[in-house]
Amino acid sequence: MSDSHNENSNKENLTNPMTKSANPNIPGERYGNQVILTTLNDFFSWAKASSIWPMQFGLACCAIEMMATAATGFDMDRFGAAVFRSSPRQSDLMIVAGTVTFKMGERIKRLYEQMPEPKYVLAMGGCAINGGPYSLYGYHVVKGVDRYIPVDIFVPGCPPRPEQLLEGIIKLQELIRQKELLKRESMIYDPKRNSPKTNQ
Amino acid sequence: MTLNEIVQKLISKFPDNILDSNPEGVEPFIKVAPSDIFDIIKFLKEDPEIDLSFLNLITGVDWNQDNRIEVVYHLSSVAFQSHKLAIHAFLDRKAPRIPSICGLYGAANWHERETYDLLGVEFEGHPDMRRMLLPDDWEGHPLRKDYQFPEEYHGIKWA
Ligand code: SF4
Repeated sequence: MSDSHNENSNKENLTNPMTKSANPNIPGERYGNQVILTTLNDFFSWAKASSIWPMQFGLACCAIEMMATAATGFDMDRFGAAVFRSSPRQSDLMIVAGTVTFKMGERIKRLYEQMPEPKYVLAMGGCAINGGPYSLYGYHVVKGVDRYIPVDIFVPGCPPRPEQLLEGIIKLQELIRQKELLKRESMIYDPKRNSPKTNQ
Repeated sequence: MTLNEIVQKLISKFPDNILDSNPEGVEPFIKVAPSDIFDIIKFLKEDPEIDLSFLNLITGVDWNQDNRIEVVYHLSSVAFQSHKLAIHAFLDRKAPRIPSICGLYGAANWHERETYDLLGVEFEGHPDMRRMLLPDDWEGHPLRKDYQFPEEYHGIKWA
């Protein structure tokens, strides 16, 4: 009897950590490492912030820096944000990396509208923020991509260093954690706020 | 052949159409009458001794005060390293028109479209004379000296 019983309890010990010398009187030990208490809101924002999928497109020189950030040297994937998607339907984050021309601005707006909720926009570099070097004499450059789409994070620079872009991503993650599940900013965004005459 | 000989040969072949030439200098050039640009470039390309078979670029200059627009063709040769020539043609600024050389060089297609886009030069006989870079409904040609910046584009303010 004793032999077979011992084997059984050994197996049980392996498969069920609850039986393993846990003191049921101490709350932390009662469930071992099986249960995490959190709110639904925190759980969802944790999931969203930890798996940001940026959209794979670049517009000018800043895009080179974005590629460097995603490559091994700086490894954006450490922060869960480097699974670049080629389709707007699969992406959460639009990194506007480069000069936005009027011709491209309308296409960016279309791409933004094709992204599913929740979606975020990071404007990278002077060009995407206010036209950058082209703000005075660029006849074809939009003076800030926020005239077309709502921007969550601005990362200044010409181009920003990869560290700056990484900080922008970290700031975005902070922002995502602060947002409440049922109050998504982008859903109550009013496109008329930035450009009074925009309509499709 | 030296560039001098090339220019002499060209002048003997087209005596009336070569308006000016400078085969010396950093950027050797000839100035031609725009109506015969196709024949002249064809000759330069197909003559085996000259062999300017490579089109480097086509571009343009707006001479606002003279009321002219200049189109510049830069040609060079793959076989003869020293053969290179710029061909200038002056057009009327109000309605600049010049024959297309798409039939000679495939690369001319986009260069001519770009020159049309930015300076408004019409290339006659071009298979696809549309704007190259700017949107189709853009107004004006931005490299002209008197170009007015747009107020807005599709409701988005410029400034
Ligand atoms: S901000 Fe500077 S580096 Fe970035 S796209 Fe504009 S010009 Fe290029």
